[in-house]
Amino acid sequence: MKFLAKGSAVIGDSESLKGFCAVGLEIFPCDSFDDLPHLFRKIADSGNYGIIYMTEETYALTEKERRHYEERLTPAVIPIPGVKGNTGTGIKRLSSFVEQAVGSDIIFNN
Amino acid sequence: MAIMNVNPTRMQLTKLKKQLTTAVRGHKMLKDKRDELMRQFLDLVRVNKELREKVEAELKSCNAHFVNASAVMSKEALDASLMSPKQQVEIDVTSRNVMSVNVPQFSSKTRTDNQGDIYPYGFAFTSFELDDAVMSLNDVLPDLIKLAEVEKSCELMSAEIEKTRRRVNSLEHVMIPRYEETIKYISMKLEENDRSSRTRLMKVKDMLLDKAHNYSGKAAAE
Repeated sequence: MKFLAKGSAVIGDSESLKGFCAVGLEIFPCDSFDDLPHLFRKIADSGNYGIIYMTEETYALTEKERRHYEERLTPAVIPIPGVKGNTGTGIKRLSSFVEQAVGSDIIFNN
Repeated sequence: MAIMNVNPTRMQLTKLKKQLTTAVRGHKMLKDKRDELMRQFLDLVRVNKELREKVEAELKSCNAHFVNASAVMSKEALDASLMSPKQQVEIDVTSRNVMSVNVPQFSSKTRTDNQGDIYPYGFAFTSFELDDAVMSLNDVLPDLIKLAEVEKSCELMSAEIEKTRRRVNSLEHVMIPRYEETIKYISMKLEENDRSSRTRLMKVKDMLLDKAHNYSGKAAAE
């Protein structure tokens, strides 16, 4: 069993991240989404972060980059709603897991 | 189902029978693995769903608090208050084995034990709305870390279930029928060879007897 101490990062627009900085998470504000994939790669490849929270907006833009880390133990890339509100990305993601495992979505289809 | 391209020999038959036994045993084990993984996955997904709904609602209220805070403070003052944190969260990552799937377990610890360290500013020039906002976010943090753990586990387990399901199906519908048909083909071919050599021997015996006792000559004389 591996035992590693890592940090956790939050990526998103600077408005959404303000508070996370105060409670002790490391924040990576990214207001221009052009260098977002590059930033995400840099954070994920550094190996210093066990969890990477991303606002739903940034999460949607890094689909290609995320695929690489899907089968790894860490980092866990988790979408969270930003200041602009909840777009349902998190629930959709869960529903896709159920669909992948069961073959059809039996939990969220009602 | 097409049979395999093999020579119909006894050696090949024994080999295939052995492979079939292995395939059947593997199929049973993988099926058990899939069922157990599925049971645990469905439990975890339900937990995940509840947790996500809870976290999203809490984050929504946090954001509302921050909006309140930014309404009473200037943007610069707000940024300046929050940008130099005293507290730091460290995540200990361990892994747990669930039916041969390694899933992460996160446990968090903060750099200092002092609860007050989440406020990186002096209280004199900031509004109480900001304190509220930071405190509410700090309250969400354990749930947020738990959510990451559960959601990553779901992700890894769903991928493993898909793989196992494919293996089970390929064994059940392709490999095992193919082995069975090939075994049937070889045993039938061997029986056929056996029968043909037996009839040949009978025929030869008849010919030899005929020659020794001259049955056909006697039959012709009568």
